[in-house]
Amino acid sequence: MKHTVKILGTGCPKCQNLTKVVKEVIAENQLDVSVDKVEDIMDIMQYNVMLTPALVVDEKVVMKGRIPSKEEVLALFN
Amino acid sequence: MFSWLEQMAKWLVYDVLQLPPEDHLAKALDFFIYDSIKILLLLFTVVFFMGIINSYFPIDKVKNYLSRNKLYGAEFLMASLFGVVTPFCSCSSVPLFIGFVRGGIPLGVTFAFLVTSPLVNEVAIGLFVGLFGLKTTLVYVVSGILLGTISGLILQKLKLEKYLTPWVKEVLANAQKEQDLFVTEKQTFKQRLPIIWKEALKILKEVLPYVIIGIAIGGLMHGYIPSGFFEKYMAKDNLFAVPIATLLSVPMYSNASGILPVVQVLVDKGIPLGTAIAFMMGVVGLSLPEAMLLKKVMTMKLIGIFFGVVMLCIMVSGYLFNIIL
Repeated sequence: MKHTVKILGTGCPKCQNLTKVVKEVIAENQLDVSVDKVEDIMDIMQYNVMLTPALVVDEKVVMKGRIPSKEEVLALFN
Repeated sequence: MFSWLEQMAKWLVYDVLQLPPEDHLAKALDFFIYDSIKILLLLFTVVFFMGIINSYFPIDKVKNYLSRNKLYGAEFLMASLFGVVTPFCSCSSVPLFIGFVRGGIPLGVTFAFLVTSPLVNEVAIGLFVGLFGLKTTLVYVVSGILLGTISGLILQKLKLEKYLTPWVKEVLANAQKEQDLFVTEKQTFKQRLPIIWKEALKILKEVLPYVIIGIAIGGLMHGYIPSGFFEKYMAKDNLFAVPIATLLSVPMYSNASGILPVVQVLVDKGIPLGTAIAFMMGVVGLSLPEAMLLKKVMTMKLIGIFFGVVMLCIMVSGYLFNIIL
């Protein structure tokens, strides 16, 4: 099943770090996942998060305010 | 408590490396080794324990608590206290702000949180204990919390809602006390512990370069600047020292980890503690990058008022510190 991932963040170093981790996990495991970066604050607020960066998988907020490890990200797709 | 560490640093510098004890470089190196290990140990301890608290008081819970309960004025202090346990990243300030406004939390209470959060956090406390000792840390933490509380109260009295940007006003109009139910993570303490431990290690790794550079600069200054050097310029009876230090600090931006080791040496060399802390609070708490971020939710006028009130409070606490300590 194809997943869609959105990374919510206004572009701070932490958000870039999260993007890097997610992209690496996808590349290493050859997952069929699309990654979108959401940088506009109005769009971010639609998800009701108060801490960035946040990770959205299939329109559900699964993690906010911290950078997960690669294992944690991988577990989200299985 | 750390005499073993002092011994070790001395042994390393003077016995292993065979550096002459009168040498400036040797003294600086001795100070550097001792200080960095001690500070990192304390930093890790504080970050770890604050991580445990934070795990039980996540931001969503805090928001719901503040918007659901009538606290008769205590909400300013509560928001400020919550600011302490919530790890803060300046890029989160806007989403936080909107989240609070949307939850129907008064503007002043939100400001109380926004002021304290960067000022008093796990990294700042950990470094403070390592550099200044327990008593000064306590004074700093208490005054940081009061600073947020009082700034929040003043800002609330000023009725600033009209200076929000239009789309935030809209959010404000639709604010709802009814909360999206917060799903509490039902994890046992044992399950939480490894996660908190890992987080603490990660935070330590993130601030490590700043701390090391800060201590290195501090170490060099310690070895080369004669004691009492700054006293000539920034003596306690110089009434303008505190305002000048505060004004200088706003354009500068650093996190607590970079600035604190330098502040410690400044104090060591004769700058009054209150003046130094006013400077540090300005650097950490108010910054131009943060102002740029806040522009999305506030008009320039509101940002100006916000910074002005906080600066005033910082100056007052600077004078108070100089009198008390």
